[in-house]
Order: sequence, then C-alpha cells, then structure tokens
Amino acid sequence: MTGRDRKLTRFLRIAAFSIGMIFVLLGVLRGEHLEVFAKAVRICLECIGIG
Amino acid sequence: MSGMHRDRVETKDRPGLHERFRLLIQLASAALVNGYAAGFAGCKIFTGTSKMVCLPVLNCYSCPGALGACPIGSLQAVEGGAKHNISFYVLGTLMLFGVLFGRLICGFLCPFGLVQDLLGRIPARKLHVPEKIDKPLRYLKYVILAVLVILLPMLAVNQFGIAPPYFCKYICPAGTLEGGIPHLLMNESLRKTAGALWNWKLGILILVILGSVFVPRFFCRYLCPLGAFYSLFNRFSLFRMDLDKSKCVDCKSCENVCPMAVKVTEHINSPECIRCGKCKAVCPVDAISSRFETDMLTRNVAVKKVD
Repeated sequence: MTGRDRKLTRFLRIAAFSIGMIFVLLGVLRGEHLEVFAKAVRICLECIGIG
Repeated sequence: MSGMHRDRVETKDRPGLHERFRLLIQLASAALVNGYAAGFAGCKIFTGTSKMVCLPVLNCYSCPGALGACPIGSLQAVEGGAKHNISFYVLGTLMLFGVLFGRLICGFLCPFGLVQDLLGRIPARKLHVPEKIDKPLRYLKYVILAVLVILLPMLAVNQFGIAPPYFCKYICPAGTLEGGIPHLLMNESLRKTAGALWNWKLGILILVILGSVFVPRFFCRYLCPLGAFYSLFNRFSLFRMDLDKSKCVDCKSCENVCPMAVKVTEHINSPECIRCGKCKAVCPVDAISSRFETDMLTRNVAVKKVD
C-alpha cells in the first residue's frame, strides 16, 4: 500500500464513520427507529410471501 | 514429536479447526438474533423494544425467533412509508458496521450465510462458474440493491405515498425460509391465503438452495443486497486481510478454497471477499493474515505487509 493509498484509506474511514454516526443520530431524531419498530413487531405478510 | 512434524500436523489441521471455530460463531450469532424461542412455540413474533434495533445481518424480522430488525427490510419500510423518502437510521447503521468490519459480517455473523455454508457441505460436485458468466452476474446484487431496495421503494409509491418492500416481497429467500415457512406451518389461515406470490417466492428459495449446494455462497455472490452494500467498504474497512508477498509461494491453495472465488493473490481485500479466513487457514507459509487496524486516526503508520 503506497502512502497515497494509505491517506485515501484513512480519509475514507474517517468520512464513512463520521457520516454513519451523523446519519444514525439524524435518523433517531427523525423517529425512524420508531418506524422500524412499528414494521418489525407485526408479521410482514409481503416479506413472508403471502400478500 | 519433532518440531517440524508438529508444525506440519498443525498446518494440516488448521483449516478444519478454523472452520469449526467459524461454525461455532455462526451458530452463536444465528441463535442470538433468533433467540425468541417462545415465538417458535406459539404462532407469534417478538414485540419487545429490541425490534427497533437494526441488525447488521440478513435476518427476517417476521421470523418467529427474531429479536431485532432486518436492515434490508427496515430500509424499504422507512423509504416506502409515508413520512420519509430515505432512511438515515438504517443507512448510517450499515455504514458503521461496513467501515468497521466490511464483509466479515457475511463470513461470520449472517444466519443466511450459515444456511448457505451448511448447504455447501452437502457432498455434490461443485460447479466452476465460467468467468464470462460469473463476472456480470456478480453485478446483479448491486442492481438489486439500487433498484429493488433503494429506488423503487422511494419512487414507485401509491396515491398515499406508500410502497411495498419490493426486495422482500419478490426476492428475499431469507424471509421465505425464516418467516414464511414457520408461519405457514403454524397458522392454517395463512396457509389458505398463500397463492401465486408464495409459489414464486418458494421457487426463488428452492433456486437459492439448489444454487448453494453446487455453487458456494450462491446468494452472497449474485443476489444479496446487504453483501453488495458491505462490499463497498471492503477495501478500507478497519478489519482487513493482508498478504505478505515476500512469503507467498504462489501455490494458489488460497484461491482453490475461497468460496467466493476471489483471486486472493491479486486482490486480497476484494469487494467479494467475505473474510471467512479459509485462505488464511490453508496457507502453507502463513503469508496471509487478518487484523483490525486501530490506526484510523493516526498518521505515518509503518506498514510492513503488502496488500
């Protein structure tokens, strides 16, 4: 791995990690986890191939 | 026992030991994410608060044992809902797992990966898919991720702004296996409503099962949108594989055992690598290693090994 590749890898890691954290927080603030919860606690008939 | 003989025996036993260790982790992971035993006993699913947690693995949330939410199902549920067009919560969670582990999750944690590995153990002649067919087919999982999981739930909505989970509805064999079959076995009224869609999904499941018997990790290679998402992070995830080219004797043992048919000596951190570690276990000269790089935030780290 060259020095340039290493710098790029480091940049991508930090960028992806930071964006991931921001996205999770933003999602929680928007209440998306509650939408996920509402979907996950009912049998999803489409998911299991019924309708 | 002489040192040389002991080393030879250890090297010979290592792939078997490694596979037993990996199987143990896979079984533990499958049991952990599907730990709601009461769901299998009575015809119901878990409704506790852990269901709002997005799991990093493909595991249908309608499985009677599921304790968490499937990321692919959740992504479509939020995008296809009336409130939001994009799910930051799910994408962010997957990005975090991706940057930490890459496709290590496919190799060690995914219950549907375990199913495929077990099917692959059935004694049958394994097919070598010619590169002309294999290479374009591998792009299919990216198309499925982009079209069925992201674009259609966002754009193909009804008058209320709601869209069905297209991937789950028309493709996902994990949903049929983990959710559909148990519920249909336990619930007569659901059995009566099963129609053309059920037959279609059962057909897909049978295709994936047969495919996995003859082509290792058939679903991961060609169809899995979650694997496609994680593969975007494989080249720079903190968990990575390393090949010491000064040790490598080019025997190709690693490439012969790779279930994903990765050219290990050329692209050890290929997007297709599921980090199962078979290559590392079989290497006769210990040229392959894996590690968590903890130097994400530090500069000028000396790197001895060559990628």
